Amino acid sequence: MTQKSFLLSAEGVNKSFDGFKAINDLNFYLESGELRTVIGPNGAGKTTFLDLITGRTQADTGTIEFEGRHNLKEMSEHEIYRLGIGRKFQTPTVYTDHSVTENLILSLAGSRGVFSSLFFRLGSDQKDRIDEILKTINLTEHRDRKAGTLAHGQKQWLEIGMLLAQEAKLLLVDEPAAGMTDEETARTGELLLSLAGKHTIVVIEHDMVFVRQISQGRKVTVLHQGSVLCEGPVDSVQSDPKVIEVYLGRKHAR
Amino acid sequence: MQPQPRREILIAGALALVLLVLMPALNAWVPQDSLLHVSNFTINVWGKYLAYGILAISVDLLWGYTGLLSLGQALFFSLGGYMLGMHLMLMIGKLGQYKSDLPDFLVFLGHTFLPAFWKPFYSFAFAMLMVFLLPMLLAKVFGFLAFRSRIKGVYFSILTQALTYGASLMFFRNDMLLGGNNGFTDFKFLLGADIRSAGTQRTLYICTGIALMAVYFGCRWLTRTKFGLIQRAIRDSETRVLFSGYSAANYKLFVFVVAAGIASLGGALYVTQVGIINPSEMTPDKSLEAVVWVAVGGRGTLVGPILGAVVVNALKSWATRAIPDLWLILLGSLFLGVVLFLPEGLISIPAKIRSLFTRSKPLDPQESAVSKANAPAA
Repeated sequence: MTQKSFLLSAEGVNKSFDGFKAINDLNFYLESGELRTVIGPNGAGKTTFLDLITGRTQADTGTIEFEGRHNLKEMSEHEIYRLGIGRKFQTPTVYTDHSVTENLILSLAGSRGVFSSLFFRLGSDQKDRIDEILKTINLTEHRDRKAGTLAHGQKQWLEIGMLLAQEAKLLLVDEPAAGMTDEETARTGELLLSLAGKHTIVVIEHDMVFVRQISQGRKVTVLHQGSVLCEGPVDSVQSDPKVIEVYLGRKHAR
Repeated sequence: MQPQPRREILIAGALALVLLVLMPALNAWVPQDSLLHVSNFTINVWGKYLAYGILAISVDLLWGYTGLLSLGQALFFSLGGYMLGMHLMLMIGKLGQYKSDLPDFLVFLGHTFLPAFWKPFYSFAFAMLMVFLLPMLLAKVFGFLAFRSRIKGVYFSILTQALTYGASLMFFRNDMLLGGNNGFTDFKFLLGADIRSAGTQRTLYICTGIALMAVYFGCRWLTRTKFGLIQRAIRDSETRVLFSGYSAANYKLFVFVVAAGIASLGGALYVTQVGIINPSEMTPDKSLEAVVWVAVGGRGTLVGPILGAVVVNALKSWATRAIPDLWLILLGSLFLGVVLFLPEGLISIPAKIRSLFTRSKPLDPQESAVSKANAPAA
């Protein structure tokens, strides 16, 4: 079934916690370069799905394959990390006592060994890469500030920048707009859009305004009770009667 | 957390000049009746302070920089003392009470020949090798087990405290053949020189100062590498470090082993100048004392621990003679005072004073946020 062009494919995945089926016969295919938005009501299994991809929890049955050859079910968290799957958590986690630049240096792809860290020197191409990322995430003028002093939105961007520094092939972004002002949300959307195409990105989101902004006719996946309810452009998804029934009726709840 | 690196270097340089050049010179060449004369006693006491300074740096490297509050540093310090002490015991030769080749306590216990593990300690080089090897090996094994099981925070402190306590109980036993509760004392020679002569003591004092400088600059280098960044990242957010693909356990193990070696070096130098080592040096409260020096001096800096070690011990030297009953109360209130009113330690006083004069200017929001972030989170 699995085709080579899929970066990530999940087939027949099940996961239950104490009898509760968090993920129920889930099939999900992601092509390289996609910017995919995953929506769904609370408890639809969105975060559990990310946990399964990143190895935080193990699926009961089914397969999750990366690049058509790595079986993520068999791998541990840091092995999956090293395949190039980066995850941004809901709450921003950056090194608060380090400068913005240092946060990126720590995230740069490369050796993670103790002894190489002793004799590490920032190469000129790495410096360029950091400058480029700082520009992308709009933090160039804050590069020497301690990350702990940044505004909430800026911390979120920095964390996305850290994923970029890792050279992650697949960015999993969990509710990037949570707790942001409208302006910050819009800028986060622009940031993700600017990365689309160059990176493969999965965004989990509640905020429909934000989803409209970043999907722009791209495929949106609706999860409901642990499986895919429907997929398609945001307009057709929003007019799907099944979706209206389970999800969009509650869209203003948050 | 190095707001003024250049100032830190300047202070270190000035101190080195006074302590390593001026004081020994005043001790050696200024006549005893001159006001400027530095007595042998002063040199000896300062040698002790500087050795404590080395111990304090090892505590801070773990606590201030990596967030690991180790209460095992007194153990590593004492082990260094014991390793060199074994060599010094053998160098007494037949000059002991019992006029035997064996150390006195072994004769007293009825031994007629030297236990095999003592024999290599006739070599000074071997003893010095063991000063580093044994504590670092112990730290490696202990750290490997502790960090692999992800033992953190207060549990790590308790475990290191238990290790230290267990070791001291072992060393108190006579059948360890390491002098029991009396430990080692009455040393006579070091590398052929009379260890108690003013000249040898002065040389040992200078050696201690140089070792302290070497440790200081070594740690300064270490904490400025990417390793140092990761060290502080572990202190602030260990989970994030794991999610950036670093094995925090390996990093902690490395710094724990390095700190054990540093503490042990301090202990070896300490013993040559104090002339005695016994198991009461390796109790958890000795480790805690070193933690107080670091807190008083300034945690998360490298000058701070040295300053704290000297100030608190100088205070102790004075107080235990002048007001012996009140010393512990004084120490306790000093610690409380620093924690409450000067969380960044004595080292932050100049910056505090300066900020008093510049307070009229509107504070740069970044600046104030930085000093907030600098406040240790206990």
